[in-house]
Amino acid sequence: MSVIWRLICVAMLAAAIWLTPHSSRAALTGSCTVPDYLLSSDSRLRRVAAAVEKQKALRIAVVGTGSSALAGPDGPKSAYPARLEAALSTRLPGVDIKVVTLVRTRLTARDLARNMGRVVEDEKPDLVIWQTGTIDAIRRIDQEEFKLALDQGVERLQKAGTDVILMNMQYSPRTESMIAIGPYSDTMRVVAQQRNVPLFDRLGIMRYWSDHGAFDLYAGGRDDVLAHRVHDCIGRAIAELIFETGRLQRIQGRAAK
Amino acid sequence: MGQTDRRFRMHSPIAPTPPVTTPTAPPIAAATQRDLRLDLFRGLALWLIFLDHIPSNVVSWITIRNYGFSDATEIFIFISGYTAAFVYGKVMLERGFVISSARILRRAWQIYVAHIFLFAIYMAEISYIARSFDNPLFAEEMNILDFLKQPDVTIIQALLLKFKPVNMDVLPLYIVLMIMFPPILWLLQRSPTIALGVSAGVYAAAWWFGFNLSAYPEGVWAFNPFAWQLLFVFGAWCALGGAERLSVVLNSRITIGIAIAYLVVAFYITLSWSLPAVMSPRVAQWLEDVIYPIDKTNLDVLRFAHFLALAAVTVWFIPRTWPPLTWPALYPAILCGQHSLEIFCLGVFLAFAGHFALVEISSAIWMQIVISVVGVLTMIAAASLIAWYKRADERRPGSRQKPANADFAGGEA
Repeated sequence: MSVIWRLICVAMLAAAIWLTPHSSRAALTGSCTVPDYLLSSDSRLRRVAAAVEKQKALRIAVVGTGSSALAGPDGPKSAYPARLEAALSTRLPGVDIKVVTLVRTRLTARDLARNMGRVVEDEKPDLVIWQTGTIDAIRRIDQEEFKLALDQGVERLQKAGTDVILMNMQYSPRTESMIAIGPYSDTMRVVAQQRNVPLFDRLGIMRYWSDHGAFDLYAGGRDDVLAHRVHDCIGRAIAELIFETGRLQRIQGRAAK
Repeated sequence: MGQTDRRFRMHSPIAPTPPVTTPTAPPIAAATQRDLRLDLFRGLALWLIFLDHIPSNVVSWITIRNYGFSDATEIFIFISGYTAAFVYGKVMLERGFVISSARILRRAWQIYVAHIFLFAIYMAEISYIARSFDNPLFAEEMNILDFLKQPDVTIIQALLLKFKPVNMDVLPLYIVLMIMFPPILWLLQRSPTIALGVSAGVYAAAWWFGFNLSAYPEGVWAFNPFAWQLLFVFGAWCALGGAERLSVVLNSRITIGIAIAYLVVAFYITLSWSLPAVMSPRVAQWLEDVIYPIDKTNLDVLRFAHFLALAAVTVWFIPRTWPPLTWPALYPAILCGQHSLEIFCLGVFLAFAGHFALVEISSAIWMQIVISVVGVLTMIAAASLIAWYKRADERRPGSRQKPANADFAGGEA
């Protein structure tokens, strides 16, 4: 029993560390604040760095499903891909930033992976942000199959020399007891690590916002303002991850001179 | 046969009749009394499963899944196998294969009915949410409500145990394990070693060939019965004399040393999931490449080993005659463990209700704590009520001396 107690003590200590405030990125202020550990990655976006430095142009394709888009007339310009483009353009003056959105609803990772070759051919992106996992979790796709699809998709992109960021699910507290997201986000983390691509932990980041009162994600009613604000923050947070993993700070510094 | 019988009695976790003492039985009554450790840990496992099933619950930080590879499901399945072997093993010895099989299958039917009842509650919850949920941010997540659009398919698939909502995977596993149990029990009573070998063989084959039952709308069962049966059969094997045969191993300091070392390593690695910033760099890449993913669906060997280590350490530190087992403080957990099917189902329902309260009332931390505490207290109250009811039933004038002996005990299997 004493062993169990000791384990509990260590666990509480760990929880205390976890709950202490973390340093945050200067570029993300107000509601968008995200702690460092949620935006750190050991992987590098080399092609992005080269494109920004040499071509002064950066083409990004967002490949994903419904949660990469917003409905309504203001939807396209308020959804995170457009906000990402705006954030990068502001931070990289003189660089031609283009973000294309290739969103199709209700597709699983396997469906999206199958199409990656065409994405590379048609769009010739420097970076693909691959948002997936939600539909797989809803349909309870087998983990092995899900992992295989992720592996194949990332491999196709990497073979073509395209940089990749994997993006996991949204934090959706209302549907949390109905969609078992955990194992799928774990698998995505594993694939990101094994394939050496950055993971944009949308789940962790949105959970952080919810826990710290930045946004009320429990809200069930029709609230376009909330959706737009959250997508704006997601766009800026991805821009930050691209800066971090592409080592763009020094380029930005040079451009300013 | 006589030898089986003696061995069987010595490992009885439950005393269905007044303790049978034979000249060869140990002098103290403890050996024939119900092993309260089983009830205690099954009760605790039921509480932990409940806490884990409430999403975004701060209290679930205390549950064991955060501190090692295995979780409360392993404990539940193992102890269920143990008690099933005890209860139905006795019936099989006394009344034969056919009667005991019929009892086992009736038990499977009860579990099935309980599962369908929970499914009805689940459908009620999502139907309610479907009416009020219209947040444009989560348009994609609302696809989960699609199941409501085709009740003809969804409900039939649920009745076939192919469509299983989140957190409702354990009972279908239990049903399949019970259906498979009669021949396994028969073999366990004749040759425990061969039975365990067959079970391990099926487990290995499930890994090697990757077979599992199919699910709806896609994929396979979240708990592969062909893999998880190993834990159930291992529990049954322990109940029918295996524990005694293992005692040499379990009493060795070397075993305990290895078990503790493994638990510490698992703890360290698990910490890197919850504290990636602090711990992740400290877990070697090659190690991660070797062990990940730790497959819950197919009862990963690492999970099974983690459960064995936990069990070995528990048995080492908590003997059968551990005094606190009779203390009032532990009685609530023991009580819950003694009525596991009812309390398990109640826990699943309470987790739904708890999540509902978090969404509709408040998701503040104090609320999460209140819901967790109230939920556990409700489980205890329900277990007390069931125990009282059963006691009252036994006292009824004209009732059989020991009402529905095996069935009653079967209620705990």
